[in-house]
Amino acid sequence: MAETTEVLEEKKIKVKEREPLFSKKNKKLISDPLDENNPITIQVLGICSALAVTVQMKAAVVMSVAVLFVLILANVSISLIRNLIPNRIRIIVQLVVVAALVIVVDQVLKAYLFDVSKELSVFVGLIITNCIIMGRLEAFALGNKPWPSALDAIGNSLGYGMVLVIVSFFKELFGSGKLFGFEIFGNATEQTGLYAMGYMDNGLMLLPPSSLIIVAVYIWVQKIRNPSLIESH
Amino acid sequence: MAINKDSNTYTISFAIILVIIVGGLLAAIANGLKPIQDENLVNEKKQNILNCLPGNKSITRDEAGSVFANFVKQRVILNYNGEIKENTLLDNSTELNNKDSRDAFSIDLLKEYKTIKDEKSRNYPLFICDVEGKTYYVAPVMGKGLWAAVWGFIAIDESGNSISGTVFDHKSETPGLGAEISQDFFEDQFIGKLISNEETYKSVEVNKPGNPLNDYQVDGISGGTFTSVGVEEMMSRTLVVYHKYIKNLNRS
Repeated sequence: MAETTEVLEEKKIKVKEREPLFSKKNKKLISDPLDENNPITIQVLGICSALAVTVQMKAAVVMSVAVLFVLILANVSISLIRNLIPNRIRIIVQLVVVAALVIVVDQVLKAYLFDVSKELSVFVGLIITNCIIMGRLEAFALGNKPWPSALDAIGNSLGYGMVLVIVSFFKELFGSGKLFGFEIFGNATEQTGLYAMGYMDNGLMLLPPSSLIIVAVYIWVQKIRNPSLIESH
Repeated sequence: MAINKDSNTYTISFAIILVIIVGGLLAAIANGLKPIQDENLVNEKKQNILNCLPGNKSITRDEAGSVFANFVKQRVILNYNGEIKENTLLDNSTELNNKDSRDAFSIDLLKEYKTIKDEKSRNYPLFICDVEGKTYYVAPVMGKGLWAAVWGFIAIDESGNSISGTVFDHKSETPGLGAEISQDFFEDQFIGKLISNEETYKSVEVNKPGNPLNDYQVDGISGGTFTSVGVEEMMSRTLVVYHKYIKNLNRS
C-alpha cells in the first residue's frame, strides 16, 4: 500500500514537472541565439553563406527562410529518432536527413515557386554545408525532445537570418545604392539623385571581403553593449 | 530485450533502413513533382522567347504558355552555314513538341554546348516571330559566365542588321555582379545595336562601362567582367549563323 502511494506521488511530481510550452527556459532557446549566443557572431558558424548571399537583401531574406525551414525540420526529425541513432554513424545520419530535406525544399521550390528557386539557384544546395545546421543537430537535437529542438531551431535560424539581413542591408545600400532592388540613392547610370552630386557606389561592398568587415563591426558593437561576451585571456 | 545500439548489426541495419526510407521518399517526391517542374521550364523558355520581342517584356510565365503560338509563327533548325536542316521547318499549326528532335524548341543548347565541341556541327534553332505585322528572328545563344552557363535569346529584325531585343539569363552568376545581366537595364542597351553593316557581320562588343559607345558596343557590368565577356563571346559566336540565314533569305 505504502509503495503505491509513493509511486502515485512520484507520478504527480512528474506531471508537475512538465513545463509549459513557453517556459522561461524555452523562451531562452529562442532569445539566446539572437544575441549572446548568436550562431554567426559568437559561435562563428555559417560564416560562408553570410559572405556569399548578402549582396542583395532579397536573396538574404529568402535564404534565411529556407534555412529556417530546413533547420526546424531537421532538428525535429533528428530529435524524434535521437534514441535510435547508432552513436558511431550519427554524423552520417544527420547528413542524410539534412541532405534529404534540402533536396525536398529544392524540388518543391522548383515546382511551385519557380522564380524563388531561380533566385536562390545554387544556394539552396549549399544549405547542406551550412555549419549551423549540423552544429545544432549535434549539439542540441541529439539530446533534447522535439519541442525544445524546434524552438532551438527557430532561435538559431532567426539569429542567423538577422545577421544576414543586417549585413546585406549595408552591402546592398552602399554597394549598389539599392534596398530590395529599389533605388535609394538615385540611378547610377542616369546620374540622378546622390549620383548627380558625384557620389559613387563602393564596389568593395559587393565583394565577399566587405561582409567580413561588417560582421566584425557587428561583433564589436555587440561586445560593447554586452561586455560579458568579451573573452578574458 | 535491450538492443545493443553499438553492435555492428544494429548500425548496419539502421543505415540500410534509413537509406531506403529517405531514398524512397526522395524518389517519390521527385517523380511526383517532375511534370510540374517540366512545365515550368517549358513555359520559362516560351516566356524568354516572347520577352525579347519588342513590346512584350511584360508577358509572364503563366501567360507565355497560351500566347506563344500567337507570336511564334515558324520554328526551324539551321546548320552552321545558315541553311535549313531537312524537315525542320515547322509552322505554328504543328503542336509544340519538346521530345521531337525536328522541333527547334526541343534543342537543348546547353547539352550541345557541352558535348559537341565543334561549333560547326551544332544545331542552331531559330524562332520566326510576328509582332504587329513585322517579322523578328529570335535566336537562342548559349555560353559560359564566371561560374556556370549563361544564355540568352536575341531578337533580330527583318533586315538582319540590328538587334530588336534581348533576354539574358544565367545559372549561378554572382548576385549583384554577373547576375545583373538578366536585368532590364543591361538587356535594353542592346536594342538598336547593329550586328552588320548591310553585308558583313560584325559582332556586338560588351565593353568596360564608362567609355563612349558606338553602334556595335554596349556597357558591361562593373565587377562582372567574366560574365560580360561570356555574353559577348556567345553572341559573336552564334549570331553569325543567323545573320547568314537572314541575309540569304532576304536576297532570294
